Amino acid sequence: MASYLLNTKAQEAEMLKAIGIEKKDLFNSIPTKLKLKRPLDLPKGLSEMEVLAKLTSLANQNKVYSIILRGAGSEHHFIPSVVKQLSSREEFVSAYTPYQAEFSQGILQSIFEYQTDICELTGMDGSNASVYDGASAAAESIQMVLERNRKEILIADSVSPEVIETIMTYTTCSDATIKVLKTKGGILQEDVLKKNLNENTAALMIANPNYFGCLEKVDELSRLTHEAGAKLIVYSNPLTLAVLKSPRACGADIAVGEAQAFGLSMAFGGPYLGYMATTNELIRRLPGRIVGQTVDTEGKRSFVLTLQAREQHIRREKATSSLCSNQALCALTASVYVAAMGPVGLKEVAEHGLRRAHYFQKELEKIGFKLKNDTPFFNEFVTTSPLAAKAVERHLAQYNILSGLDIASHEILWCVTETTTKSQLDEVLGYLKEVAR
Amino acid sequence: MSKLIFERSVKNRRGITLPEFDCPEVILDHEYARSSSPRLAQVAEVDVVRHYMELSRYAFGVDNGFYPLGSCTMKYNPKLNETTAALEGFNSIHPTQDPTTVKGAMSLLSNLSTSLCEITGMDGFTLQPSAGAHGEFTGLLLIHAYHSDRKDLKRTKVIVPDSAHGTNPASANMAGYTIINVPSNALGGVDVEALKGVLSDEVAALMLTNPNTLGLFDPNIEEIAALVHKAGGLLYYDGANLNAIMGEVRPGDMGFDVVHLNLHKTFSTPHGGGGPGSGPVGVKKHLMPYLPKGTIIDEHFVENEKTIGRVRSYYGNFLVNVRAYTYILSLGSNGLKEASEMAVLNANYMMSQLKEAFTVAYPGPCMHEFVLSLQDLKDKTGISAKDICKGLLDYKVHPPTMYFPLIVHEALMIEPTETESKETMDEFIKILLELKDKAYSDPDYLKNAPYTTPIKRVDDVLAARHPILKAEM
Amino acid sequence: MKRLYANTHEWVIVEEGKDFVVGISDYAQIALGDIVFVNVPSLGDKVTQGESFGDVESVKAVSDLISPVSGKVVAVNDALLNAPELLNSDPLNTWIMKVSGSVNEAELLDEATYLALDKDH
Repeated sequence: MASYLLNTKAQEAEMLKAIGIEKKDLFNSIPTKLKLKRPLDLPKGLSEMEVLAKLTSLANQNKVYSIILRGAGSEHHFIPSVVKQLSSREEFVSAYTPYQAEFSQGILQSIFEYQTDICELTGMDGSNASVYDGASAAAESIQMVLERNRKEILIADSVSPEVIETIMTYTTCSDATIKVLKTKGGILQEDVLKKNLNENTAALMIANPNYFGCLEKVDELSRLTHEAGAKLIVYSNPLTLAVLKSPRACGADIAVGEAQAFGLSMAFGGPYLGYMATTNELIRRLPGRIVGQTVDTEGKRSFVLTLQAREQHIRREKATSSLCSNQALCALTASVYVAAMGPVGLKEVAEHGLRRAHYFQKELEKIGFKLKNDTPFFNEFVTTSPLAAKAVERHLAQYNILSGLDIASHEILWCVTETTTKSQLDEVLGYLKEVAR
Repeated sequence: MSKLIFERSVKNRRGITLPEFDCPEVILDHEYARSSSPRLAQVAEVDVVRHYMELSRYAFGVDNGFYPLGSCTMKYNPKLNETTAALEGFNSIHPTQDPTTVKGAMSLLSNLSTSLCEITGMDGFTLQPSAGAHGEFTGLLLIHAYHSDRKDLKRTKVIVPDSAHGTNPASANMAGYTIINVPSNALGGVDVEALKGVLSDEVAALMLTNPNTLGLFDPNIEEIAALVHKAGGLLYYDGANLNAIMGEVRPGDMGFDVVHLNLHKTFSTPHGGGGPGSGPVGVKKHLMPYLPKGTIIDEHFVENEKTIGRVRSYYGNFLVNVRAYTYILSLGSNGLKEASEMAVLNANYMMSQLKEAFTVAYPGPCMHEFVLSLQDLKDKTGISAKDICKGLLDYKVHPPTMYFPLIVHEALMIEPTETESKETMDEFIKILLELKDKAYSDPDYLKNAPYTTPIKRVDDVLAARHPILKAEM
Repeated sequence: MKRLYANTHEWVIVEEGKDFVVGISDYAQIALGDIVFVNVPSLGDKVTQGESFGDVESVKAVSDLISPVSGKVVAVNDALLNAPELLNSDPLNTWIMKVSGSVNEAELLDEATYLALDKDH
């Protein structure tokens, strides 16, 4: 059994004596009737070696593919060594939330820098300190846009299904109503939006690039949305924002999304990193923690958790969100990644994906996997499939390749990042030719 | 103080490089493309390293020293957890991989759930919620789904004790409920008579922590559970204080219907400066049909027609769950029980050494934490709980939780946890006593503490009035 | 014209033929500490005497503002958006909202009575 206890039996005895009780009295305040009268029905504790062996065995039962062509909300990117090293420093890992500002300037500053990174990429004025993931960020943004007589939220069905599901769950008990708009050709068409905007619309939410990898016509959608007096929420992968026009530049009022691409592994779904950023006008509606800059009593620049009067520990039932934790260590990891890559490195990562995805798509077209949506895309795209998508998955798995995601029986959502070379893509195409007859 | 990373930036400096492009260029249409580069820092790898090394010197973790933060359970984070969480077989798997290709992950999550069921006396767990508050929200949605399914739509209220953590009423509000506050009695437990007064067929649930935020086990829990159930409501357990009772008593046996746990408290996963955590939710059988999508039971994803949906993408903070599972295997049935025993012993020891000099808010044996009230000190010397905490910083010790729970004036909540030694606690006690003396002999000194920290007291009024939330470029 | 007070520490200036002008007392701003933000109602909002019409944030607390009058909000003091500290520095001359409607004076106190109250109770 591992033991992380320090007190010896002798020290235990000293302490019991000092308190004036016997060990058996420690839990006297629990009614006898309720006490568990047997040991927990769990195996006895194991030594470190044994635990490591067990966990290693479990890890080895998971198939790690050598080529990954799937994204759909979780992307495989190269994580530089410096990111792993710095984000595992014990001072960052084992620290608590930086409520005592004088003691935690390092953590606070790292969050402030993360917030700045997000604002730079999204074009926004303020960001919070992060939330659990992109889906919950999107769900939390709904509260920000509701007005007394505007409670309807329009969401394009080109937003990830898991994001939409999360929003539906979050708004189960709120007075917001959600209307999902059908997209055509992979993006939200202006006439569909026009038909659905009215004086009760609080906001339109779109993703760009969207779930299908396509680029929405954000400027037009923004114009229509604002003309109707509603707000625009844009959900983006921040890595693409190194190259794409920022949500703010396209007219968004709120930018949210999943920042897992910034140095976090796919890790079977978590921990990830949701970001939320907005304009000056809406900053006080942001939920969750926010770090602000100030000065100390000697005029030195300092950082502190601020605008806390929005939060649950002060507003309690009047808070718009119960958010307490952020994803601090993930935000720090992301900032290290962004710093290590720099604007040029980020651009190159994005561009690798962009170029390779387009190359791959052109070649796939030649062997019968036709591009489904005739519209510009970034590093993800949907093709039809000459055989069942699941059959494609099984076939490629033999070669240790994870195919794109089967989003319909004969439709595949492909993703290409900087981790797959052109020659690897050619290899994949070779295997696909085998079955694409 | 430290430069911002942006202030270390030098134009055209590069960090990580990438391979040459091997595919043809793609020109994005003007309407989609960014017109100018984002103004992110341009630094070399060594700049990045020195920057974050410097920031780490201005951070303080459990690995640096004692962290007696009440209600946070800042116990030691075993390094084995970091090794297992870094295994490639856990990191490089895509969440949508066919379940047959991730048997290890499915097995781990199932076993973790089963273990948590046994520890808490519940029937099923979802590991999807990513923090305590997230778990609370999920639990309340489950309660809402339960009542709705039975067409019991009158139940629009949730009862919360006045000693509750702010996330409780906030989560209930997010789930559409109106909050009724119920007062605590003189012993710090729920005032049962007052509770009877607010129970009705309009109450969906009562949210409780037991032991409560005063570190006291509510002896009336059986009666409370019976009353709530008789009124048709459900009982929700905030598991923040589970560290006091592992192997001794279980919320499921106390009568709770829904439970959330904080793996980053009780189960040793690191706090990370404010996350990521994990807030799994356990339920009794009658609530299992509503569990979220992505819940794994017996190594399969559950398919619940009546599911509440999902509270985030995928299955939760998997790598955090890996760490908790590692911890549970390491401690086992015997170790978990010992951990709680020592947590309670350590807290009672500290209280016994401080109760002469300070006022214990609710005297009597405590569980894993206790609350001091410094109101008396404030009245006599003008020194508040905050001033004492700032004084502690000069001793390079992390202060306890201050001003929580709200029902205690000038509160200091102390939770040593089981992974601290008598000598560490003695040192802390000595410091607190010295600070008390200082409060009487030189209050002005304490009013302006700290003196030796990298920065002095911050102007948080300025920060809130004129928010600056990002760097000037 | 006269200034009346609620026992929740808001004041209202009542003047024949004019809209009601509402603010907070000196006691209130002392008790609240440094005010960092004021959540004011919107133009056209309905307010009810005895019920909350907004709130005031200090760094560590939020306090409801209770309306001393009933009616419709016809003006809101925009200066408070960027300078909430005005409520601290000049509470009696810093108005929060103007309301057109009615007041039940029996539920309010005149200035002399209010100032004489032992406010620690």
